[in-house]
Amino acid sequence: MTTTPLQPVRRSVPDEHGRFGKYGGQYVPETLMAALDELTRAYAALSGDKTFWEELAGLQKNYVGRPTSVYFAENLTRKLGGARIYIKREDLAHTGAHKINNALGQALLTKRLGKKRVIAETGAGQHGVATATVCAMLGMECVVYMGEHDIQRQAPNVYRMKLLGAEVRPVLSGSRTLKDAINEAIRDWVTNVETTHYLIGSVVGPHPYPMMVRDFQSVIGREARQQIIEQAGRLPDYAVACVGGGSNAIGLFSGFVDDKNVGLIGVEAAGEGLHGKHAATLTKGRPGVLHGALSYLLQDEWGQVQEAHSISAGLDYPGVGPEHSYLKDLERAQYVSVTDAEALEGFDLLTRSEGIIPALEPSHALAHIARIAPQMKKDQVILLLLSGRGDKDLNTIAKARGIELQ
Amino acid sequence: MADRTRQAFEKAKAQGRIALAPFVTVGYPSPAATPGIVKAIVEAGADVVELGVPFSDPLAEGPTIQKSSFAALEQGVTPQVCIDIAAGLRRDGVKTPFIFMGYYNPVLAFGMERFCDRAAAAGVDGLIVADLPPEEAGPLTDIADRRGLIVVPLLALTSTDERIALGCRRAGGFVYCVSVLGVTGARTAMSERVRGLAGKVRAHTALPVGVGFGISKPQHVADVAMFADGAIVGSALIDAISAGPESGAAERAGAFIRSLASGTKRIGASK
Repeated sequence: MTTTPLQPVRRSVPDEHGRFGKYGGQYVPETLMAALDELTRAYAALSGDKTFWEELAGLQKNYVGRPTSVYFAENLTRKLGGARIYIKREDLAHTGAHKINNALGQALLTKRLGKKRVIAETGAGQHGVATATVCAMLGMECVVYMGEHDIQRQAPNVYRMKLLGAEVRPVLSGSRTLKDAINEAIRDWVTNVETTHYLIGSVVGPHPYPMMVRDFQSVIGREARQQIIEQAGRLPDYAVACVGGGSNAIGLFSGFVDDKNVGLIGVEAAGEGLHGKHAATLTKGRPGVLHGALSYLLQDEWGQVQEAHSISAGLDYPGVGPEHSYLKDLERAQYVSVTDAEALEGFDLLTRSEGIIPALEPSHALAHIARIAPQMKKDQVILLLLSGRGDKDLNTIAKARGIELQ
Repeated sequence: MADRTRQAFEKAKAQGRIALAPFVTVGYPSPAATPGIVKAIVEAGADVVELGVPFSDPLAEGPTIQKSSFAALEQGVTPQVCIDIAAGLRRDGVKTPFIFMGYYNPVLAFGMERFCDRAAAAGVDGLIVADLPPEEAGPLTDIADRRGLIVVPLLALTSTDERIALGCRRAGGFVYCVSVLGVTGARTAMSERVRGLAGKVRAHTALPVGVGFGISKPQHVADVAMFADGAIVGSALIDAISAGPESGAAERAGAFIRSLASGTKRIGASK
C-alpha cells in the first residue's frame, strides 16, 4: 500500500489575487484586509514547513482516525442494479463529518499566528462542533455563531458545542440561518481582528479561505483516489458529493480534477423544488458578491441576496465556493439538484440497504446516484462522498414524517 | 469636473470648523420620509450627505443601520429608488454633495456602467462601497471616473502604510478613516488610535480627512475637530430618526445635526 502524501498538491488556481478564473477575490471591509494579508502570508509559509504537515498528519491519523475507509456498498449496488457504488466514509471521522479536517488544519495555523481566540459560523452544527472540538484539544477560546433557526433544528449539536466549552451565540438577523451566521462572524472578526482567527468552515469567504479550506479538505480526495484504485482497480466514472458552500465536494474533486475521465458531480439542494424555495445556487443563481467573494449567488434582480431553503441546514446557503463556480463555467464539474423529499428517499436508501445512517446533506448525493446508477453498466464505478453521519438529523427526519421524538 | 465634496470640506475649513457628513438610510423610515429628512439635515448644517443604499447583508453595519436597511428593503427600496430620491432632491434645489454609500453587489447587479450613469445624471457626487477595498475597486473606479463620480476610500486602524498609500491613490472627495475596530454604531467614547491613522493618511494625500463610526455626541465631534477635517455620523442619526413617530422624523434629524454642529469648531487641526 502506498502512503498518501502529507501535503496538498499545488494547483493552478487560485492566482495570487485569489481568483479562480473571474471568481473569488477579497470583497471585505478594509479593516480585515491586513488580517487577510497576514493569513495569506502565514499560509504560504506553511508550504515549506514540514513540521506543520507532520503535526497535522499525526493528529489526522490518531485523533481524527484517518484515513477514513472506502466501502463497497454491495447491497446498494445490487438494489440500484447498475454501476458499482463505493462510499468514502467521512462519517467515520472524529465528530462525525469531514468538517474536522479543515478545523484541525486552521486551528494549528491559528496557533502559529499566535492568536488564542477562534470564532466560527455553523449551519448544521457540524463545523461548529468540529471547531469547538479542536479548540478544546488545543486550549483555545471558541465562539460559534449560529442562526436561531438552525439552533432549533440542530439542538443536539448545540449542546455538544456547549459541552466542549464553546459559546454558541444565536443570530437573529435575516433568515436566521448560515448566511446570517457568517455575517455576524465577520462583524465579530472586524471588531476583534487583532486577537481572533475566523475559522471559516467552507470553501467560501475572501481569499485565502477558499484555497486554504480546499487544501485542508483535499486529504479526502488524495486518500479516496488511492483507495478506489486499490479496491476497484480503476478510477471512478463519477465522483459525487453534495454542495452547500462546497467544502466536502472540493475536497473530493481535488483528488480527481486532473483525471479528465472522472466525471465530477456536485449535488445541490432543490429544497421544495426549483420554482419554490431552494438552495440550488449553481443551478439557478448568477454571479454576485457575498461574504467576500464573487461566485454564483441566489439574488433578486436588484442584487439583494435571497433566502435559501433546504431541509438540511448544512446546504441551506444562497452562495457557493468560488472554485465551484469556476469548475461549472469550465464544464469540468456538473451540478445537479435534489429536493427535500428526494433527499429523504436517499436517506432511507442507504440506511436500509447498508445499515449506515447518513446526514441529510449527503442524502442529496445518494438521491442523485439512485437516478444515475441504474442507467450505468455493471462494470462502471461511482464514488460517493458520505460527508457526515445522520445522528444530528433524527429530529428533522422524524418531524418531516410527523413523528415527535422525546 | 470640480470635486464638490472636497470643496464642501474646504469651505467648512475656511469657516473655522470641520465638515459634518451625516448618513441616512434611503427609504427609512419610509421612502416618502427621506427627502424631508435630507432637507432638514442640510438645513441644520450638513456639508455632505451620505445616502445609504440598503443591502440585504450589510456586514460592516451594527444593529441600528442593519435594522434601517432591512426596513427600507421591506418597503421596496432598490438602487433605482435611491437614484430617483436623489434626483428629486436636486429638482427641489438641494445643492449639498451627495455620496451613495452601500455594498458592491447591488451595484454589480444593476450594472456598474448603468448605475454610475444614472447616479451621475441624478446629481450624485460620489460613491463609498463598504466591501470594496482598493484591490477590488479598480473596475468601478474606472467607470465612476469617466462620469465624474468620486470614489471615497475607507481606511482602517489596521491599514498599513502600504495600504494607506494604495487607498489614497485614486481617492476623491475625502478619505474616510474608520475610527474603531468594528462595525458602525453609536459608542460612548472616541478611540484614540484614529488620530494616529489620520496623521498617517495626511502623509499620503492632500485630500481632507473624515472620521466616522461611533460618533454620536457633540463631544465626539469636538474630539474629531482636534485632528481631522470632517465627522461622519450615521447610527446615532438613525436612532434620532427612530425615536418617535415618522411625522416628526425630519425635525428630530435636524435637531440632532444642529446639536452636533456645536462641536465642529476647529481647535488644533493641522494644515
